[in-house]
Amino acid sequence: MPRQAITISPDEELSARIKRGRFPLRRGRFCATAMAILLLLAAESQTASAIPAFAKKTGLRCSACHEAWPKLNAFGQNFRDNGYQIGNERDSPRYISPLYWPAGVRYTPQWHRERNSAQATNQSASGVQPLSTQGFDLSGIDLWTAGILEKNISFLVLPSSDEYGNFHFESGWVRFDNLHQKPWLNVKAGKFELDEMISEKRMLTLSQVGGIYQIYHYLPLVDPQAFAASTQAAGETGVSTTGFGLGDNQLGLEFASHSHDDYTRFSAALLTSSDGNVNLPTSKAYDTFLAASRQININSLGPETFGAFSYIGQSPTRYLTQTPSGGGAPVNIAGSGYGNKTFTRTGGFVMFSAKKLDVVPMFTHATESVNIALGIPSNDTLPAGVRNPSWNGRMLELYYTQNLQFIVIARYEDIRNSRQIFASSAGNFGDMDVETIAFRWMPFMHSRAGLAIAPEYSKSHQIGASAIGSNQTLTSAFIGLDFAF
Amino acid sequence: MKVFRGMSVGVIALGAVLCVAGQQPQKAKLSGNFANGKEQFPRYCNGCHGVRGDGKGTLAPYLDPKPRDYTMGIFKCRSTPTGALPTDEDIYDTMTRGFVTAAMPPWASLPPQLRMDIVVYLKGFSPRFAHEAPGIPITIPGETAITIDSIKRGSGLYKKLECAKCHGASGHGNGPDAPTLVNIKHEPLPPYDFTATERFKCGVTNRDLYRTFMTGMDGSPMVSYADKLTPDDAWDLVHYVRTLQTTRKSEENRVLETAGGEKSLNAAHP
Repeated sequence: MPRQAITISPDEELSARIKRGRFPLRRGRFCATAMAILLLLAAESQTASAIPAFAKKTGLRCSACHEAWPKLNAFGQNFRDNGYQIGNERDSPRYISPLYWPAGVRYTPQWHRERNSAQATNQSASGVQPLSTQGFDLSGIDLWTAGILEKNISFLVLPSSDEYGNFHFESGWVRFDNLHQKPWLNVKAGKFELDEMISEKRMLTLSQVGGIYQIYHYLPLVDPQAFAASTQAAGETGVSTTGFGLGDNQLGLEFASHSHDDYTRFSAALLTSSDGNVNLPTSKAYDTFLAASRQININSLGPETFGAFSYIGQSPTRYLTQTPSGGGAPVNIAGSGYGNKTFTRTGGFVMFSAKKLDVVPMFTHATESVNIALGIPSNDTLPAGVRNPSWNGRMLELYYTQNLQFIVIARYEDIRNSRQIFASSAGNFGDMDVETIAFRWMPFMHSRAGLAIAPEYSKSHQIGASAIGSNQTLTSAFIGLDFAF
Repeated sequence: MKVFRGMSVGVIALGAVLCVAGQQPQKAKLSGNFANGKEQFPRYCNGCHGVRGDGKGTLAPYLDPKPRDYTMGIFKCRSTPTGALPTDEDIYDTMTRGFVTAAMPPWASLPPQLRMDIVVYLKGFSPRFAHEAPGIPITIPGETAITIDSIKRGSGLYKKLECAKCHGASGHGNGPDAPTLVNIKHEPLPPYDFTATERFKCGVTNRDLYRTFMTGMDGSPMVSYADKLTPDDAWDLVHYVRTLQTTRKSEENRVLETAGGEKSLNAAHP
């Protein structure tokens, strides 16, 4: 017998707040007006018919797992680590209605303004000029499907597109959970996010500048003047041979362990050295990633977590090549890479919670082979005076959770190069500072859908980053309607 | 670099301090904070239990069994005698453990203090807690030896007390009365199927099962047998019910298997 669609009554808490006339932000006529409109829209949307898929699965609203979605709280992290199982006997699909389909969509219509203080143009006498643009825009789309195939066998498939609709598989894996009924034995294979407690995939900022953790993605800047002045052999490009970022999903096998309460966690992953790119485009090498964290509780404050991680990667510097049948420059043959050189990323963090305030400092130290940084084949003689670059990253992220529906985010990152590629480069060449401030207001909350109004401002400043070697400042102003259904 | 090193040392020192200072608090030493519980209840609980704690959250229509109605002040899993209010620790333990065959998850990963804060807050939904003190937890005597004789006696008690009427002869929860059972709110409440899970509703240990027999599950058809069972009888029944739980390796099942399996239960009871 077909199941009838069920009408969801308006959220009780929201209704109560409307009756009392109490809203998280009522200061300021503009805010009050805008929010009243949005609340009406939100309340209207809750009267729609729906079959809440996640309510069927877990019976929990999104705030149970998310501090502010998509950022996980301790319970959500435990749910994730336990293979999307909440730990009762109803986790197996055999207990779930055949109509249940664990799918979700995330999309973010937005308005944003971008400014580059030193955009390279043909029209500028100096070669660079300030440029700003603004307008309404669209994000890419994430089509989530995740759940469990059988008790203790979980999966996730995430087809994802860019703004133009070009799809790729951002993530896709199967995980064998709680092997031998032990939370200490979990094995995952496929393409997945590294086991990072400070997750870039669940970050609350979305703008072009503030939408990534720079300390996860920074690559050393090549001083163009020093490179031009150096003795170069054929094939040297001055461009890094890896676009590696710690926030990128990677392909491989992960062994993960955690205690029953998830307070103690560690993992080790063996990863294909391709920065998550499919079809084995580089070499036969493997990377490794290790992570560990420990959560403790201080009664009056809350859960405190500290941890560390380390990534040791390789990237080929040489390839077998083939000249196209129609002529032209030889092209690298995918998978034929050799002459591998190494890079490392090591870091530590604390997630310090003091009631409504979370303070998250994180530190990283990174090194890279100069062959990778300059794109110099391993059999070439290195230019005189070049060294393996290294740099340090610091981040301080603050979250203030006013209530279930309102969270403020502030973040400061800096990157300081501790060893430049060229000895002749200035000590601070390529150094970077990034500041981001944002808030997310979630006008309603239930287990199937989420909407966040997300204003944000972010600014980065990098020494010597422009095309002519001058400093470059990028700013993003952003407001998005971030929704998941 | 000096600043970076200094901050790195600071983080390591902070981690060390947290390691030393952050021992897991004992629940008995916790004192719940009503205000914080009130603030956190909506995040974790009121989607099912409702803003008024009456079990009428927005998700309640989709849940079976229905969420607990805290306004009634009636709790299944208690250490206190039937009819008495539970202790804070009883509610805390239930929240930590979750319910094995319901949507209620185990909240063990929430900080202990937060769990106790929510306990104190949800008690405020029922006027009973304002006027009554919680009951005194029952005394659980030492467990008797797990022997085939004890299991046989337990088998006899299972029949004598007519447990099979609800739970079925093999513990599948399919006894003849099963379809008619309802809870205190007249909602259907199928009896527990011992064979389906590795846990019992109110805990996983033999002591938990003993406690359930003696306190009953208030608000459900599972009454207290404290006036029908001696402590030794109750342990015998625990040992027999364990043998029905075929999904979990247990000493009881090993003893039964060694004695020749279920056939041995048909021998004359001692």
